[in-house]
Amino acid sequence: MSAASPVEVDPGLETTPEYDDITVLASPWVTIVWNDPVNLMSYVTYVFQKHFGYAKKKAEKLMMEVHQDGKSVVSTGSREEMERDVQAMHEYGLWATLSKSE
Amino acid sequence: MSGFTRHRRSRRVIATFSGFEADLLRSLAGQVVELLRNESAIPDEDRDPLEALMDFSGPTTEPEDPVLLRLFPTAYADDAEAASEFRRFTEGSLRDGKARAASSIIDHLQDAGLPPQLEENGLMIDVELDEAAAETWLRAFNDIRLALATRLGVEEGDEEYWYSLPDEDPRAQAHDIYEWIGYLQETLVRALTR
Repeated sequence: MSAASPVEVDPGLETTPEYDDITVLASPWVTIVWNDPVNLMSYVTYVFQKHFGYAKKKAEKLMMEVHQDGKSVVSTGSREEMERDVQAMHEYGLWATLSKSE
Repeated sequence: MSGFTRHRRSRRVIATFSGFEADLLRSLAGQVVELLRNESAIPDEDRDPLEALMDFSGPTTEPEDPVLLRLFPTAYADDAEAASEFRRFTEGSLRDGKARAASSIIDHLQDAGLPPQLEENGLMIDVELDEAAAETWLRAFNDIRLALATRLGVEEGDEEYWYSLPDEDPRAQAHDIYEWIGYLQETLVRALTR
């Protein structure tokens, strides 16, 4: 688990580089977090920041996808990496699965 | 009852509970610990230590109890074999981590002065947590809420239903407790991200 505490991000540096397309090609597995009626929106955002090291804006965007669309792909990578992410999500009590990216 | 705040100078996360509240928290955390330890997946402590060490196997099938299934969800939706392998290698340590987190709530409350049997009226319990302990509480609160919500059958947007139940209905009371833990968790997230 990531040991870093949530950091305040300088608003000027808020744009996240768009690696997503490249990552998907090279790493065919994804971690999906599913909506459930229990987990607090603030808590889910906190977990995404804490575990993945995402900036607050990105963490909130993913949380809203989970909330509104019922699920969101929160990370991509090798199967082993995704198993670690899913296990970490379960430690936090989030409902997560992994699958091959389509 | 004002939930958690962050002490400005020490950066520690603090909260004050009445004796009744602290006793209730201890009881809920204790039930989570009991649920997690009450399964055959937990190695028998009387077992030969070497034998226990050599046994890497965990459970491979989904738990029957819906609360345990929610705490340890199936990781692969369409691959039963991969799902049971994942479960075999992860459920044991997840279970230990969750039981330890819930136990740490009990330990903190007792260290802060909660007696084994609550008798005194007007007792106040001051809890002071460093960042790591606060995150442990946060995860334990989430597990308690998942357990309560699963037992109650809480669904998205069903607040009106719960508020319509008569006060003396035990389910309404359990739902009040569920919301109280939610409030504590919300203030704890806020204290940690401040």
